[in-house]
Amino acid sequence: MSVLFFALTAFLFLDFRNIVAPSLAGGLLYLQFVPSLLKFVNAAALGAAGFIVVVILTVLFGRVYCSTVCPLGALQDVISFTARKKGKRRHFQFSEPHNVLRYSILALTVLLLVAGSGFLLNLLDPFSSFGRILSSLIRPVVLVVNNVAAISLERLGVHTLYRVRWAVIAPVSAGVSMAMLMLVAWLAATRGRLYCNTVCPVGALLGLLSKISFLRISIDEGVCKGCKLCEGVCKAGCIDRGKKTVDISRCVGCYNCFAVCPKDALRFEKKWRRRVPAAQPNRERRDFILNFGMYLLGLSGVGEQTKKIIQSRPTTIPLRVTSPVSPPGSGSIEHFTATCTACHLCVSACPSRVLMPSFLEYGFLAMLQPRMDFHAGHCNYECTICMDVCPSGAILPLTVERKKLTQLGVAKFIKENCVVYTDNTDCGACSEHCPTKAVNMVPYPNPANKRLVIPEVKPEYCIGCGGCEHACPTKPYKAIYVDGNPVHKLAKKPMVKKIEEKADNNEDFPF
Amino acid sequence: MDRRDFLKKTIRGSIVAGATVAFGDYAKLLAAPPVSPTPYDLVAVKGGEPEVMFDKAIASLGGMEKFVPRGSKVLVKPNIGWDLTPEHAGNTHPKLVARIIEHCLNAGAKEVSVFDHTCENWVQCYKNSGIERAVKDAGGKIVSGDSEGYYQKVALPKGKRLTEAKVHELLLGADVFINVPVLKHHSSSMVTIGMKNLMGVVWDRQYWHRNDLHQCIADFASYRKPALTVVDAYNVMKQNGPRGVSTGDVVAMKSQIVSTDFVAADAAAAKLFGAEPADIRHIQLAAQMNLGRIDLDALSIDRIKL
Repeated sequence: MSVLFFALTAFLFLDFRNIVAPSLAGGLLYLQFVPSLLKFVNAAALGAAGFIVVVILTVLFGRVYCSTVCPLGALQDVISFTARKKGKRRHFQFSEPHNVLRYSILALTVLLLVAGSGFLLNLLDPFSSFGRILSSLIRPVVLVVNNVAAISLERLGVHTLYRVRWAVIAPVSAGVSMAMLMLVAWLAATRGRLYCNTVCPVGALLGLLSKISFLRISIDEGVCKGCKLCEGVCKAGCIDRGKKTVDISRCVGCYNCFAVCPKDALRFEKKWRRRVPAAQPNRERRDFILNFGMYLLGLSGVGEQTKKIIQSRPTTIPLRVTSPVSPPGSGSIEHFTATCTACHLCVSACPSRVLMPSFLEYGFLAMLQPRMDFHAGHCNYECTICMDVCPSGAILPLTVERKKLTQLGVAKFIKENCVVYTDNTDCGACSEHCPTKAVNMVPYPNPANKRLVIPEVKPEYCIGCGGCEHACPTKPYKAIYVDGNPVHKLAKKPMVKKIEEKADNNEDFPF
Repeated sequence: MDRRDFLKKTIRGSIVAGATVAFGDYAKLLAAPPVSPTPYDLVAVKGGEPEVMFDKAIASLGGMEKFVPRGSKVLVKPNIGWDLTPEHAGNTHPKLVARIIEHCLNAGAKEVSVFDHTCENWVQCYKNSGIERAVKDAGGKIVSGDSEGYYQKVALPKGKRLTEAKVHELLLGADVFINVPVLKHHSSSMVTIGMKNLMGVVWDRQYWHRNDLHQCIADFASYRKPALTVVDAYNVMKQNGPRGVSTGDVVAMKSQIVSTDFVAADAAAAKLFGAEPADIRHIQLAAQMNLGRIDLDALSIDRIKL
């Protein structure tokens, strides 16, 4: 099961040819705890109750999420399995719980969340960390392998594989992912699932829940001979052979101990006989607090990066960006930054490579959450893939028709940077790419007395797709750029006066 | 397969018929002084489906065998720049592309490749334009233009502003190059036809935009003369080009222009659109650079109405 979940989830992030239909991603990622929780809470999406299923499963059977569904957990198992095959340390050992640390991290994460920031949650959420590791680190490796294979096949005249272009590199995202991968890998190689039981806030929360679970593993002291086989295979290090106890809050539910015990001394114990049935935590109150906290978040810190100058005559006027551009379907930056877990599935899935991990554009606490980077690409008019794959509800689905009218931002034209103005030559790259003709070319009287046209922006028709900004050739500063709408608006439907002209087939050729 | 076989046979048949007619003409003229191998400089067709018009045009020019030697590698370069369906007329009509490939293969081409360096996401452009499917069905090879690695630097000795460019290796390796633009309105150059379509075989288009677009278009046209320029004017986007906003921008002109002279092809297509060729600066510049002829009156033109 866990291998299946792991393989499918990993494939979603590495699927650079967009083979998997985006709608399938929703089903596959339904049980991912943090995205589902945030979607449920923030988007009030009743369908996104995957985390409730996880809670119920945990209350019944313990932390099966950790052993089966969590992709970072499965990754750790792979690492620790390999390390154990090769290394001298072949067996796990019981270790004391780091309860202070783990509950402090959980408390801090929850506190920050209540205070309106998902910063720590996004950083530590195992699903999102896994997503970032795959999209920032593993995906490039896959692309290299694909491209090398594609080039070799092309030599033979076969074009079934094609070379895939790099996305713009996001160093911060890659750095954070690398740090996380190294921490997780080191802990997994030396101490099994220590990350899950010390750092991971989801692990800590589910650990608390599993303390009241219905079925719990315990050791039958009468049968146990103290052979320590079970302790040796317990990757969570929660079986204390000496005391013949199992720390159920740290048990990740892998059941390896069952398999090795020669005496069948390990068994499920039904724990709810006399007790009040374990109630679910009071969600209403928690939801209220979460909601309240999240909507307090504002935005801050907007950075504008510039590239090195190649042009002989560089442009001079810097862009005045007042707000970053959040993806279509996110509704507003507030909603987006409060709900996004920065798992980067949209970054991986975006065929136009326009979604990029942010740095400080949304503010420090929203670091790594994706933004529209029009240096990297522009949003395809007909495409809705990011909305279809987002597991957390940060990017909510819109119909194609609605998406084509959703204004993420508005194009701003800086005449003094424009080639038509500086060089008195034709360009029009911006208008070419504009799908709504909000950027239109109008006659431009000029000192050279040439017949020229220059862009004019009709903001009410602009949807902020960034086609104009991406295509604009001037450097270092573009002559046209999209300034984000903190709250997305609705653009006017593009006006098309239908051409009245009818072609007459009997008419002679005009030459 | 049945359909393809049928088409192949039909085309083969028509070519044989065309050749017979041509031969007949030659027989009549045997006594006369030798004639130019291509009787016409340009063929304009009107009133048919894209593939039917091409059959007529290529027969008038003496058949595809004249341009495609046996065993040659052919590059067919349509416009696939936009993620639009055929009725939006933003890309070359897939039926025309398919028929050109079939003619090339019947003439004995070893392989016929198709690509474009698209403006929007290339996978979606190839798919939604209908061209990927059409190329595969016709027996051609559809190739990506989406990686800088495919492009190699070449010098343009005749270029004024553009003196070098990175060109897709398929063009470098092709024995025969056939340019198949679509005639469209263009927001800044008024129309886009054949020479402008060549922006899709280079990597860095932004340089052109930054350094006198029209001069760069004419400069690049000096790099390699296409064996044939086939202008698709079946559905013509008359406004809001080059991407268009809706099908309301499109007029069914049901026309096609085929020529060995790419400047003449662009000039004739501009006329068809309702523009004066001399007003389109890159056509004017190309004529001044002696890359082809803009004076349509001096050309021998076969005008075919179906």
